[in-house]
Amino acid sequence: MSNLIDIKGVRHAYKTPSGPLPVLDGLELSVPEGGFAAVVGPSGCGKSTLTRLVAGLMKPDAGEVWLHGELVKGPKSTVGMAFQNPVLLEWRTILQNVMLPLEIVDTGMSRKAREDRARHLLDLVGLSGFEDKRPSELSGGMRQRASLCRAIVHKPEVLILDEPFGALDAFTREDLWQTMHKVKAEEPFTGVLITHDLRESIFLADQVIVLSGRPAKTQYVMDVHLTGERDIEMLYTPESADALNTLRQQIRIAQGREAA
Amino acid sequence: MTLRQIGVPLAALILFGLFWEWLVWVNGWPNYKMASPSDIWPAFWKFRGLFLEYGWDTLWRTVVGLLLSVVFGVFLGMIMGLSRTMRDALYPLLVGFNAIPKATVVPIIALMFVGQHDMNTILIAFLISFFPIAVSVSIGLSTLEPEYRDILASLGASKFTIFWKIALPKTLPEFFGALKVAVTLAFIGTNLMEIVEPHGRGLGHLFDSGKISADYPLMFAVLIALALMGIVLYYVVVALEKVFAGWAERNPT
Repeated sequence: MSNLIDIKGVRHAYKTPSGPLPVLDGLELSVPEGGFAAVVGPSGCGKSTLTRLVAGLMKPDAGEVWLHGELVKGPKSTVGMAFQNPVLLEWRTILQNVMLPLEIVDTGMSRKAREDRARHLLDLVGLSGFEDKRPSELSGGMRQRASLCRAIVHKPEVLILDEPFGALDAFTREDLWQTMHKVKAEEPFTGVLITHDLRESIFLADQVIVLSGRPAKTQYVMDVHLTGERDIEMLYTPESADALNTLRQQIRIAQGREAA
Repeated sequence: MTLRQIGVPLAALILFGLFWEWLVWVNGWPNYKMASPSDIWPAFWKFRGLFLEYGWDTLWRTVVGLLLSVVFGVFLGMIMGLSRTMRDALYPLLVGFNAIPKATVVPIIALMFVGQHDMNTILIAFLISFFPIAVSVSIGLSTLEPEYRDILASLGASKFTIFWKIALPKTLPEFFGALKVAVTLAFIGTNLMEIVEPHGRGLGHLFDSGKISADYPLMFAVLIALALMGIVLYYVVVALEKVFAGWAERNPT
């Protein structure tokens, strides 16, 4: 198996009082090691369910989720997660928040090494000097940066990002996109990004997967080959415009507003 | 503590005392209608030994009752907060129990364990005060956003680790909010029982003695002593809250 993440024919339905609610039906997704896949699709199409499947937090009704050639049966410490809500622990300092996964996952690092690693990551995302602040003292964008550090501090093989920049203003979001590239260059990971923002998907990922409306199946897969330096300017080239147009059209099809 | 923080409440207290004294004097009220501060001081002095002894009784009974309700309330809140089924099952029962006016339970308990003054009093203090703690802990636990659980669950952390590292500390502000209510309730419970029980001890009993012997300034003195003790108990909880849940306080910026 050459892919780090392999999702094959996954089907899942939630039990509701009014009967089963199918959310995923025929989901296929493959991400090679070091790859970064963005998943886009209409609202409520089961994107977050997908993240919980990859993290091993739930099992699909049918189909298989493979991580590194192993069938996912439960949570594994090789996964890091960040959400739209940064969910930092208010009673801990930023540094202590980032170190949280190291208290669960046994990395064999000394206390000093763990702290150094957390400090290094905070520095990488531009939060040096804020180590001893409480989350409530930070802006939304800074909290999201800290949350990102916490997601990668234990060197996970897979980073799952569930709309991490969704609640931020446009400028902060673009800053964080740049930060993501910087982090990926220094701390390689295989990533799955759930997003509503098509520009974000092509700016960050090398593969964009469009899910259909509920129940979601893989409707369209686009490989992104944006060349040159990754800066915001890159989003305004003709090839980016083409890619965005294609994705927009696919979303309209997924929403059922346009025939395939 | 600045001069302002101590001075302002102290000045208010003195002004209040003067106003009270003036009100009684200007209306010419007899002390069985309304005792004035100048009547109360001698009452305190006359019964100073009893005030200390019975004050201690009331204090430790309240604290023990409150501790019991913290243990039981947190336990009950945990059960209801972590299991939906238990919440559905226990909530109506708990609300029904809380709806019974505790003044009606007092004579029942007093009869049930005749003469066991300490136990009766602690029992009432406990029964009256565990409800807000159980409810707040259960709400705090059941409203924990799933993402908080997921960040640790996805790393393979056990349920206990998630509870210990996230759910419990996150519930502390709600817990202390409830504890502030509970401490006042426990205090009321203690005094209810002390007043009702014959041959008992505690400030409630001293109040009752004042009533029986028509010593009105003594009754008012007991009220003042209770108020002072209530203030102390409340601020002890506030101080504990500052230590354990001070992070929840936002700096006004």
